[in-house]
Amino acid sequence: MEYEVLVQLKGEVLDPEARAIRDTLLAQGVANVESVTIAKRYVISIGGSENESQETIKKITDTYLANPVSQTYKIKRLSP
Amino acid sequence: MKKHSPANGTIRVGVVQFPGSNCDDDCVDVVRRHFDFEVFKIWYQLTELPKLNAMIIPGGFSFGDYLRSGALAAHAPIMRPIKEFANRGGAVLGICNGFQILTESGLLPGALLQNRNMEFICRTVHLKSASNSILSMPIAHGEGRYWIDENNLSELEDKSRIAFRYCNEQGLTNQTANPNGSVANIAGVYSENKKILGMMPHPERASDCLMGGSSDGLKVLSEFFNRV
Repeated sequence: MEYEVLVQLKGEVLDPEARAIRDTLLAQGVANVESVTIAKRYVISIGGSENESQETIKKITDTYLANPVSQTYKIKRLSP
Repeated sequence: MKKHSPANGTIRVGVVQFPGSNCDDDCVDVVRRHFDFEVFKIWYQLTELPKLNAMIIPGGFSFGDYLRSGALAAHAPIMRPIKEFANRGGAVLGICNGFQILTESGLLPGALLQNRNMEFICRTVHLKSASNSILSMPIAHGEGRYWIDENNLSELEDKSRIAFRYCNEQGLTNQTANPNGSVANIAGVYSENKKILGMMPHPERASDCLMGGSSDGLKVLSEFFNRV
């Protein structure tokens, strides 16, 4: 089973890189840009049954991929 | 300079070495040179700690800062016995990457994020300690912006757990004196029992006037070892 995990900073935490991109776009004259968010994308394949793999991807994300203090995440199943 | 001696018995200090640690030798050297303690390195793959009284997690780029700074080191084998040591009231000092490892492992609250100006900052800063002393020490980091939510910040403030704040020469903790955008100018925090200290500035790099800077780092280390 293949999963996509998107990890990003919580809304209330400043992301200076995203802010710099937004400011540059605005400075370039793209006036209708309202906000920019950057997320890190992981694609992870996991064997075993569907239930097992779902449990594993949740565990991996909670334990390693995302820091619950400053980040949020979304998990999506890509295949099969 | 006279060495600091323990009041009773020999104090044993362990300095953890991860792949990518690069301040481990400096930490060993400063303890050996200025304190009358035994000091030795501890390899990150050990699953048990030797007998010791205090631990230092040094600066560097453990595991290349992959995933997040300190995140992979926080799950290394040595961290289980370190957590047990800390939970028994053991004294742990995390410097720079060591501070990042302590927050990632949950031993200290908050998180350390990319500097507000997105630059790696390497310079001497002023710090105001919990006892209102003004100290001078170098910082060298790209991800040292301390972040914590408002509720937990209030708790840190109420329980006097903010060890250091960035300030100017006069001790003013304003935004101009905040090099990396840390919440409330925070440069270091204590655990609830004050035995665990995490800080972004490098006391081991400010421990000998021969190096051309201040020796205020020795005051920080002495105070930390006094808690052992």
